[in-house]
Amino acid sequence: MGTSTGAAEPLPGARRPTVPRASLRVRLLRRPEVGALAAAVAVFVFFSLVTDTFLTPQGVATWLESAALFGIMAVAVSMLMIGGEFDLSTGVMVGSTGLLTGVLATHAGVNVWVAVVVSLVAALAVGLVNGLLVVRTGLPSFIVTLGTFFVLQGLNLALTKAVTGQVAVQGMTGAAGFWDARWLFGSSMRLGPATFQVSILWWALFTAACTWVLLRTRAGNWIFAAGGEARSARHSGVPVLRTKVGLFALTAFAGWLVGMLSLFRTTTVQASTGVGVEFVYIICAVVGGCLLTGGFGSAIGGALGALIYGMTYQGIVFAGWDNNWLKAFLGVMLLAAVAVNTSVRRRAHTAGAARTARTSPHVAAAGGSPGGAALDPEGEVRR
Amino acid sequence: MSGVDGAPRGGEVIIEARRIGKDYGNVTALADVSTTVRAGEVTCVLGDNGAGKSTFIKVLSGVHRHDHGELVVDGEPVVFDGPRAALERGIATVHQDLAMVPLMPIWRNFFLGSELTRGRGPLRRLDVARMRAITRAELLRMGIDLRDVDQPVGTLSGGERQSVAIARAVHFGARVLILDEPTAALGVKQAGVVLRYIVGARERGLGVVFITHNPHHAHPVGDRFLLLNRGRSLGDFARGEVDRAELVHLMSGGAELDELAHELDRDRS
Ligand SMILES: Nc1ncnc2c1ncn2[C@@H]1O[C@H](COP(=O)(O)OP(=O)(O)O)[C@@H](O)[C@H]1O
Ligand SMILES: [Mg+2]
Repeated sequence: MGTSTGAAEPLPGARRPTVPRASLRVRLLRRPEVGALAAAVAVFVFFSLVTDTFLTPQGVATWLESAALFGIMAVAVSMLMIGGEFDLSTGVMVGSTGLLTGVLATHAGVNVWVAVVVSLVAALAVGLVNGLLVVRTGLPSFIVTLGTFFVLQGLNLALTKAVTGQVAVQGMTGAAGFWDARWLFGSSMRLGPATFQVSILWWALFTAACTWVLLRTRAGNWIFAAGGEARSARHSGVPVLRTKVGLFALTAFAGWLVGMLSLFRTTTVQASTGVGVEFVYIICAVVGGCLLTGGFGSAIGGALGALIYGMTYQGIVFAGWDNNWLKAFLGVMLLAAVAVNTSVRRRAHTAGAARTARTSPHVAAAGGSPGGAALDPEGEVRR
Repeated sequence: MSGVDGAPRGGEVIIEARRIGKDYGNVTALADVSTTVRAGEVTCVLGDNGAGKSTFIKVLSGVHRHDHGELVVDGEPVVFDGPRAALERGIATVHQDLAMVPLMPIWRNFFLGSELTRGRGPLRRLDVARMRAITRAELLRMGIDLRDVDQPVGTLSGGERQSVAIARAVHFGARVLILDEPTAALGVKQAGVVLRYIVGARERGLGVVFITHNPHHAHPVGDRFLLLNRGRSLGDFARGEVDRAELVHLMSGGAELDELAHELDRDRS
């Protein structure tokens, strides 16, 4: 098979494509992250008004850093969710990679760069195991990665204690190569009166790269298809299993990246790091417009979800409120997001369909096609 | 709609099934089934549920191997070792699930698995403009004007979705189009839309294998009718050899009913 038929006869408009697009409003409503964008603006305005610190340069730098560390992970989790899977081992992965790097550098005398690379390889291996277990056994990824979660959590605590005799790794600053690696993962930049962490840059880069992959590469098409309708995707020749395994490797990579960013920022890492945070990532993804059932969502959405989380997290601190309010707020956001996702999606879809219905009658008249098919003026709008 | 009744309107023979048989373990799903698919003709495969229609087209499309008989493509006997092999011979199948992803835009579905790209290395990217343009043009050729190829496939009607699947198969070089019950889930009007696309594909010179259990859908578009019942052929007729009434009679288990009536009569006497 090939594109021979298409190539043999030049298609009208194939050279200078001017295919009509839907109206801006419909296209906007179709984007998965509209709801999250609106919510982010609301949260921003709210804390800007309620607190004095939120809008100051240092305030902005603070909540951006918060958002960045969650955001990298939320973006990866969004990609995975679009591909139709979950990963509960994302949070502990942050701890595992940080601990492994730290232990190697401080207790095994390994150069920090080597330790960083070793922990990357270990993370990718865990990601591959997750992915292969899911696609080979056909078990829900929820269960498989719950297993990985417990394994890693246990290892993090037991091994850290066994090696260091403590529940944390310290003394990174003395290790060979630390200051070079710190430039990459833990440096900061002064902009006027505020200090911005390099993690914000990583977050922006990672979000941009994931958006590119999702919307402008074949792999992105396959991710949507694998999560939307795996059977159909397979029938169309999409390597569904490979796509899913790749996504698990991506979340593991993100876990490693966040692990490095935290380790080099604080120079220490607790054995319990990341436990319980995996759900925050999933919430950020859903708030960002990803469907829990897969096949719909965006990387930007996940980033916006994390931005909302970061702003709220620090906003509550700036306001001097009890930070237990954060959890309650998260729950409300999640419920609201699920409701909004469903309705926005339905509205965007019917808007598109209604458009076709309106334009179809003249099509029948203009249809000089071989079949001379006229469109059914009814029965266009479904759902 | 057709030429002289009985005379083949199509071109060369593409597929010839000769006494094809298929067993699942010791269940005989298909035995002794023969028919012909020509370019520019529609071969209808008719039969009740469980008649063996899907089994037959799975043999044609390379999903299953036949156990008996001969499958001849372009004059040479073949044994397909998978759907890819059939596709390479230009035999494309539109399955009942249409191989579509409802939440994805039409153009992304159209090129799913065969995406066009430009640039190389890390800059290799989807050629979105070209894919959108080709999708729209190919749909227009089928007589369907979807102004907005970005709309999700899930918002299309059943008939439109079917037509997108057909247009896609045609674009990717199909010479034979196998459609598994494309009208089964549709209302009368939508079924009519799909029948028009079948005629459209035929008039573009494709051989069409149209599976259905509805003789009223088969009769207006078919050039050849293969009737199956419990895995056996009730006949392979050219257009003109059967009329609609006979098709309906055969399809509704007419022969069996006649026999039953006969038996009941005998019992009474
Ligand atoms: N994979 C299979 N294994 C065993 N028997 C099968 C299988 N597929 C179909 N059959 C049997 O073969 C017969 C024909 O089925 P099928 O080709 O699906 O009929 P149709 O598509 O006309 O409804 C049925 O009796 C069915 O139970
Ligand atoms: Mg069937």
